[in-house]
Amino acid sequence: MEEAVLVSKLRARDEKAFETLLRLYMAQLLRVARRFLKNEEDARDAVQETFVAAFRSIDRFKEGSKLSTWLHRIVVNASLMKLRSRRRHPEEEIDALLPRFAADGHQVEDSVDWKMSAEDMVQREETRELVRKSIDRLPESYRVVLLMRDIEEMSTEETAEVLGITPTAVKVRLHRARQALRTVLDKELRR
Amino acid sequence: MSARPYITCRELIDFIADYLEGALTQRQASDFTRHLGICPSCRAYLATYEVTIRAGKEALRYDDSANEDAPEDLIQAILKIRDR
Repeated sequence: MEEAVLVSKLRARDEKAFETLLRLYMAQLLRVARRFLKNEEDARDAVQETFVAAFRSIDRFKEGSKLSTWLHRIVVNASLMKLRSRRRHPEEEIDALLPRFAADGHQVEDSVDWKMSAEDMVQREETRELVRKSIDRLPESYRVVLLMRDIEEMSTEETAEVLGITPTAVKVRLHRARQALRTVLDKELRR
Repeated sequence: MSARPYITCRELIDFIADYLEGALTQRQASDFTRHLGICPSCRAYLATYEVTIRAGKEALRYDDSANEDAPEDLIQAILKIRDR
């Protein structure tokens, strides 16, 4: 079914069209929610909320937009809401994972190349798992920005708008998140 | 131009994200590459920073390549909510 036809049927509150929407986008949205939320039940809840919200607000879906982009934005929002409701502990500091510099501005510990390329790392289940676990170790406000910018490929401006922070704050958090992730991986991968 | 002092490792590392986005001014980009030319440690830092971005993206998206079906029980649960 063409997207425009699907949208007009959704607007007419066609039950079959809703089921088509579910079957088309469910797996994709569940994968996004699982990246943000560490627990399967929360991920499924976020997806459920996404479809219910989408169906209710289909009249606000703009002509010319893509359903996948619109749903992606809703599921990211739903996942972030769920994360906020689960947050119980004060966030860990990221400073310990950032590079250290001497008074003259040189790196305290020299950086060296890693024993594996990105391709090699992704080929092996062991290193894929290492990368995923390392991302999970990042303080949440940094992990979320890394996910939104580097993994979900949202723009700086869109990320800032969704999180209610400035584009500059997004850039700072992204750079720190990547540096912290690099530090964690460096411990395992330096030559 | 070469009389200008070299930027420090700290400044270079602060600039990395903007460098990769092509967001440095011409002068900043030239200071950046000039420092890289004399500093193997920063060359390694830049290389491993780039590997970090790619490995993060690909490790988290790797599962996406699996053609997993949508869970039928979740589809049915959502359809039921709609019926209410």
